[in-house]
Amino acid sequence: MPDFQPKIVAFVCNWCTYAGADLTGTSRMKYSPQVSIIRFPCTGRIDFMLLLKAFASGADGIIVSGCHPNDCHYSSGNFHARRRWIIFRGLLDFLGIDVRRVQFSWVSAAEGAKWAQLVNETSERIRELGPFAGYQRLRGLGVG
Amino acid sequence: MNALREKARELLATKTVQVVIGYAPGSGGAARALFVREAAQAGELVFDETCLQNLAAYLMKPEVRRLGRAALVARPATLRTILQLAAENQLAESSLLALVPGADGVLSLSTFSAIEAHVAAQDNDLSAAEKSELEKFAAMGLDERREFWQEQFSRCLKCYACRAACPLCYCTRCTVECNQPQWIPVPAHDLGNLEWNVMRAMHLAGRCTNCGDCSRACPVGIPLYLLNQKLCSDVLSSFNQRSGMAARADHSLSTFKPDDPEDFIR
Amino acid sequence: METEKRSIQREALAKLIEQWCREGKRVLAPRKSGDKVDFDRVTSLSEVSFDHVQTVQSPKSAVFPRVEELFSFRSADGQVEVRDRELDILPETVVFGLRPCDAAAFAALEAIFNWDAPDRLFTARRARTTLVAVACSRADEYCFCTSVGGGPGAVAGSDILLTDLGQGEFLAEIASAKGREMLQAADSLFGPALDADKESRLAKPAAVFAADAVAAVLAGLFADTAFWEEQSRRCVGCGACAYVCPTCACFDIQDEGGASGKRLRCWDSCGFGLFTLHTSGHNPRPLQSQRWRQRLMHKFSYMPERQGVLGCVGCGRCSRGCPVDMNILEHLRAIAEARP
Ligand code: SF4
Ligand code: SF4
Ligand code: SF4
Ligand code: SF4
Repeated sequence: MPDFQPKIVAFVCNWCTYAGADLTGTSRMKYSPQVSIIRFPCTGRIDFMLLLKAFASGADGIIVSGCHPNDCHYSSGNFHARRRWIIFRGLLDFLGIDVRRVQFSWVSAAEGAKWAQLVNETSERIRELGPFAGYQRLRGLGVG
Repeated sequence: MNALREKARELLATKTVQVVIGYAPGSGGAARALFVREAAQAGELVFDETCLQNLAAYLMKPEVRRLGRAALVARPATLRTILQLAAENQLAESSLLALVPGADGVLSLSTFSAIEAHVAAQDNDLSAAEKSELEKFAAMGLDERREFWQEQFSRCLKCYACRAACPLCYCTRCTVECNQPQWIPVPAHDLGNLEWNVMRAMHLAGRCTNCGDCSRACPVGIPLYLLNQKLCSDVLSSFNQRSGMAARADHSLSTFKPDDPEDFIR
Repeated sequence: METEKRSIQREALAKLIEQWCREGKRVLAPRKSGDKVDFDRVTSLSEVSFDHVQTVQSPKSAVFPRVEELFSFRSADGQVEVRDRELDILPETVVFGLRPCDAAAFAALEAIFNWDAPDRLFTARRARTTLVAVACSRADEYCFCTSVGGGPGAVAGSDILLTDLGQGEFLAEIASAKGREMLQAADSLFGPALDADKESRLAKPAAVFAADAVAAVLAGLFADTAFWEEQSRRCVGCGACAYVCPTCACFDIQDEGGASGKRLRCWDSCGFGLFTLHTSGHNPRPLQSQRWRQRLMHKFSYMPERQGVLGCVGCGRCSRGCPVDMNILEHLRAIAEARP
């Protein structure tokens, strides 16, 4: 699927990854444009339901990113988030949903280059996986 | 069984409790919940392998709570549910005692620490059969698993019997009822059914005591127990925690360790 | 219409189902899957279960699906365009192998959906649906059709009622114009009327209570809070009973899709607390005991009074499907007997 431009939604925390992505821009680093960034106060606020909503709304891939361990602005939001992600990933996999479509990462405010690389790599992977049409089709199924 | 009836009579006659929540013979050879409020009615209580319901569900029901202090006939998972509810600040120690029928009479556990001691001595692991079913799933291909669940969830009616039967689904306003914005689609179409079942499983992760009542309640026979057992097993292997072991405990998903596994995070 | 009696052999029945499928009809019939039997689309007789007592779910979804699109809408440039559901493309449907109680339940649904303003979509589906029922040779402890005016061989409601006479032979009672049309389209598959003793083939569920006695008691029972709390103590307030019931018709309306989307009708239940929750936060039925009361009142008091039809046909599904064994027959007997 050479022409496929994946839709990627990135849920990021305000204090680290959002600032990191900003740095990517101010440093004039180029990266894959298919990503839509949604800013949250903290990774601790990124409920798994938001990820499902993104898929249902047409996302082919998702990035979730925040402060490195011990760097959370609220001290432990990212630690709590990590636990939820562990469980959520296991459940998605159990349900037959490809967890390669969800990339978790830590990107600090100083890691503009890491953000660019993360987005590029994730876009590439999602391009290889193709559109997540199977998920989006679910809405129509079962309506009489 | 006689010991149980005797104990129930005594507890009611001495006004130690106002109600004994136990089992009585029901329709179709199954047992059903019985609320015994008079000592004279205690003779209707039974306890055998047909007594499956996790009666702790009733501890959260207003019409039952208002009866007063309860003695609850408890299976192993019921005891863990009591502790889990206590750990979530839903039960006062003085509001209940647990009756555990055994080979030699009936055990009356009137404090959380007595329940904890009893639970600690029982086997709380998934059974060998449960584990091997999970392994079978792990060995399946991703597509195979997806098709399996899509077929299962396509039958879901959104009747919420799983939620109603579950003693740990006690929220007075469930996420499915939050509609500004609407989190979970109300329609029982495939997307609504998937999101509903994922949401419920996630909200029970680390809390579910694997009592099996949600699966038994489901009118269309969706094997919900698989989801719960998968999560029980992941919580144990990742965080070394089990639900319902202590009346004061951190919920495994509301706490953390600095060295929790993160091999999947870039 | 006079009921016309004919007969049909099992092989001919198989051909009849194939003929319906060839004509493009959707055939829904009880089919076994795991340890449950439920209505599903079939294309041959061999897929149809005959030896079960009752299916888990009722056949109401043929005319009232658990989710259905009422219309779609599109808004752009301040204009809203509404597109009604196209009715001519709804499938011609044969519900085959439903029980006489199920067939009778369609009258209750019609009474509700066409009470004041006729429901266009329901009516269109209903008009395209033909009911070919199979009489009951077995009943279980949950069945009580005979207490609510029905019976294991009752013809009312069916377009055609089949009774298994043994040896691969069925009595066919043609009971409506639709049934006659169906017969005429396949007359050669049917044999002459048989001199058979239908009664001896039927289950004999006992009549346990009189529905009008229940209605009379209910009329004075509304305010007896203690009675309803006692009856419903073990009810956990799910929607299972309503969702499996052939006559329960509560629904919720949901819009999906934002500016361009669909309006959907979804099953709902008066057993849910949210059902009566007002925007203000006030809930006239905050307790499960009040919701249980509503369930019985609606079926056995309000519906006979307002619509002239009972809201229950005694299929027993709610009792079989209830996770906590709230056996409705026992409760109705208690109402009829203990409080005359
Ligand atoms: S989720 Fe199911 S198995 Fe777990 S506690 Fe609730 S009812 Fe029991
Ligand atoms: S009990 Fe079964 S059918 Fe009902 S909502 Fe739960 S999973 Fe769906
Ligand atoms: S009667 Fe049974 S099925 Fe109906 S709401 Fe109560 S518990 Fe659920
Ligand atoms: S109320 Fe129960 S017995 Fe009566 S029609 Fe409905 S499901 Fe059948």
